[in-house]
Amino acid sequence: MTAQTAERDLSAVIGLEVHVQLETDTKIFCGCSTDAADDEVPNSRVCPTCLGLPGALPVLNEGAVEAGVKVGKAIDAEIPEETSFHRKNYYYPDLPKNFQITQYDAPICADGELAFRVDGEERTVNIRRAHLEEDPGSLQHAGGSIDTADYTLVDYNRAGTPLMEIVTEPDFRGADEVRAFLAKLEEVLEYLGVFDASRDGSLRVDANLSIVDSKTLDGDDISAALEDANRTEVKNISSHRGAQQALAYEETRQKNAVRRGREVEQETRHWDESRGITVSMRSKEEEKDYRYFREADLPPLRVSGWKEEIAIPELPDARRERFRGEYDLSAESASKLTSTKQVADFYETVAAEFDSDLAATWVADNLLGELNYRDMQVTDVEGRLDEFTRLIDLVDGEAITTKNAEEVVLRRMLDDGLAPDAVVEAEGLGKTDDNAVLAAVREAIEENPDAVDDYESGEEGALNFLVGQVMQATSGSADPGTVNERLRAELDE
Amino acid sequence: MVDHEEVEHVASLARVDLDEAETERFAAQFDDILSYFEALDEVPEADAATELDNVFRPDEVREGLTQEEALANAPETEDGYFKGPNVS
Amino acid sequence: MSSDTDAFITREEIDPTDEGPLSGRTVAVKDNISTAGVPTTCGSAMLADYVPPYDATVVERLKDAGARIVGKTNMDEFGMGTTTETSAFGPTDNPAAPGRVPGGSSGGSAAAVAAGEADLALGSDTGGSVRCPAAFCGVVGIKPTYGLVSRYGLVAYANSLEQIGPIAPTVQGAAELLEVIAGPDERDATTREHGAETAYASAADGDVDGLTIGVPTELVEGADEAVVEQFEAALEDFRVQGAETVEVSLPSVETAVQAYYVIAMGEASSNLARFDGVRYGPTAAATDDAEAGNWNDAFAAVREGFGEEVKRRILLGTYALSAGYHDKYYDKAQDARAWVRRDFAEAFETADVIASPTMPVPPFELGESLDDPLQMYLADANTVPVNLANLPAISVPAGETAEGPVGLQLVGEAFDERTIIRAASAVE
Repeated sequence: MTAQTAERDLSAVIGLEVHVQLETDTKIFCGCSTDAADDEVPNSRVCPTCLGLPGALPVLNEGAVEAGVKVGKAIDAEIPEETSFHRKNYYYPDLPKNFQITQYDAPICADGELAFRVDGEERTVNIRRAHLEEDPGSLQHAGGSIDTADYTLVDYNRAGTPLMEIVTEPDFRGADEVRAFLAKLEEVLEYLGVFDASRDGSLRVDANLSIVDSKTLDGDDISAALEDANRTEVKNISSHRGAQQALAYEETRQKNAVRRGREVEQETRHWDESRGITVSMRSKEEEKDYRYFREADLPPLRVSGWKEEIAIPELPDARRERFRGEYDLSAESASKLTSTKQVADFYETVAAEFDSDLAATWVADNLLGELNYRDMQVTDVEGRLDEFTRLIDLVDGEAITTKNAEEVVLRRMLDDGLAPDAVVEAEGLGKTDDNAVLAAVREAIEENPDAVDDYESGEEGALNFLVGQVMQATSGSADPGTVNERLRAELDE
Repeated sequence: MVDHEEVEHVASLARVDLDEAETERFAAQFDDILSYFEALDEVPEADAATELDNVFRPDEVREGLTQEEALANAPETEDGYFKGPNVS
Repeated sequence: MSSDTDAFITREEIDPTDEGPLSGRTVAVKDNISTAGVPTTCGSAMLADYVPPYDATVVERLKDAGARIVGKTNMDEFGMGTTTETSAFGPTDNPAAPGRVPGGSSGGSAAAVAAGEADLALGSDTGGSVRCPAAFCGVVGIKPTYGLVSRYGLVAYANSLEQIGPIAPTVQGAAELLEVIAGPDERDATTREHGAETAYASAADGDVDGLTIGVPTELVEGADEAVVEQFEAALEDFRVQGAETVEVSLPSVETAVQAYYVIAMGEASSNLARFDGVRYGPTAAATDDAEAGNWNDAFAAVREGFGEEVKRRILLGTYALSAGYHDKYYDKAQDARAWVRRDFAEAFETADVIASPTMPVPPFELGESLDDPLQMYLADANTVPVNLANLPAISVPAGETAEGPVGLQLVGEAFDERTIIRAASAVE
């Protein structure tokens, strides 16, 4: 680093190790449930195996392997002929056996990629490998933060949850790209049904960041440049937003150091979300000799054929494209309607029965809007699909007004759990029949001669006044369009 | 030659405290034993054959331990948690 | 420990849960096999108060077969030893050769059977730990083929090498016990489909007419004269009964002890890492020495409580797996293991079973062998190749020397326990 560093053009080079919890019913090596619903009771969903009791043995969960293959398929990775498990040996209170069963030189997925959009551009990042491993337990630092605690409280409920560790090549050049990639990754994984973003701790990211001369990135092979540059590892990132903030901070911190001619330490740093900074964990640095060796309790897997056999659902990008074409939707609509696999599935069921535009309005605008407002998900109402289609039916067949349907019926359906017909009955929303409308129209004309005169001398606005009167008289259940027509008919004759 | 320092290094990796006498004794013994292991250098390379593969269990919940059973052997617990040393 | 004999660490009766082939018989269980509600110490101060909340699969099978368990037997700490002298609870005397060791690491189990304290016993065999005590105590012991018997509940020492095996006064008895415990277990992914339906007891018919017995010179030369004498006599006995003996060669056994110890110690260093005092282990008093240190200091202080042999093996195992030495030791040991396997496979092309003295020496005197660990390791030369090759072997009594009983070891092909049982029953 010379005095001229301030004039150099510097770039960040970032690689990620993303840990995602897989959505299986049971843990990866034992039959304990992965359902964390009762987890306020610590150490209540454990067994000899995930507790690391002497004599216990691991047995591999077939569901975890299936999930792994699905991920591999979705990122276009190779699934090798033979894949096996290794022990990563280190000591920490959250590790029941003081080794983690993971994969080392024979991971289940290798050489994949994921495309995503950032700043309107399409990017593809290479995924070096993805492998299966077990989650450790969780630690609480009694009496303070990680630095000041006297002792630790350990809960092994989480221990043994299946994880997939996805390792990218150092293909990222900035925090925004990282965020966009992670958002896309989460979307794909949710589409596969192997991931739940709303689950606490389901995503954990370790990022490696180096600062190099921008010029060195011109060629295809940047490994030489990376070898010379110091690299920090940033840990404790648990969301794609957090990743963006942490890496933006870290990039700035390192670039500032380089520009001032200071050495950037090769170290591990901890992302402190509450303070918005990364903190050096230098004191924790000690040589890491994991002494990897094959896990003899688990026979190897020969599952390359599963890639052909296991079906995966249509992935988000493909589905979005198809929606645009098949349902003639705008990019924005298509995007909203494929925001999650569950929304997309819901939409397609509705669109099968009604005009796709009507279905789009009802699902994307009305339903999702009301659900959002109530902090609900489409999965909360999936079982009431037939009630929802009945509602659209009522509107489509003009039995109730769109306004009432949107503002009264849908809301009561969600708030009170009533079926649409029940709400219509209770609120008296059935569209007034023709005779009743005609009667109300005639009455309004009779009772408002001034307005009639105004209309007949050319004031259109007076008609609106009359429409309002009719609507009032019918408690809003008449259809305004019909009222308008009727009034004109009566007045123009 | 395996010296005092090397024994201490390995003891630290293995998280096992040794006293002075043990460290001395081990340094001498390890020398003998590791020299004996040198014979492995001459062994021809070979591929380990694996016969068994694809052993799974179905993704179905099985009964585990109660919290009481899980904590029963712990030297120290607090409110249902295991009490461990500080990690700073 | 108990007053009658020092074979047991815990004397406690566990009732059978059903009637079956072992109804009316008592079984002693080695103290590294988990028994729910009954202490399981592995002969170690680290687990002196440990009471498992679950039964090992073999214990369930014993209870289902009508057996009554009478106690947990003494052993070398965590299975590491050849004399049962490394137990934190004191040594066990050899009932068949008082003043001498009962062998190890399943010395308590063999002594209990030899002294008539139990009809049958279970031991575990990682590098000879069932066969050696069987030989030294003048009883029968079988190390099954790797994968025949479930290890669920067996506290691991070297998980790619060990099996739980039966110990009994007769070949028939050992075979009956084997029948009960053998067979696949969904809780142990290394068990094979063999053994579920196999009848082993019926193979103890003593009919060795036409049997070809291979004798590897490497496992006989270098053995004690008195041992060789008994061994040759047993071979002659076979020939009289119609068997044929042929010479076979197992050059790979030159490096078998080294390979065994590197692999076993490496695996042990990892299998014993879990003993850190958090989930089970010594009480807080032991950790007071870790003055305000972090978890590394606390763990190291707790683990100071291992005995010397265990510490030695954990350290050497850590060394053999560590960066810079992994290729030289651990990987080469795996190569040697593959070589041993191939050698045996070749030998079985010309022989049905392979015979050797179980131990190259008669029982040591108590206290004699503890100063030189390397010397002790060499005594395993005849037994470890079998574990490396994942094969079955039986030790059957083959006479007495002035220093105690001698055993004959018969090694069979994988899952061919019936043939070695048959051959052994001819020696009785």
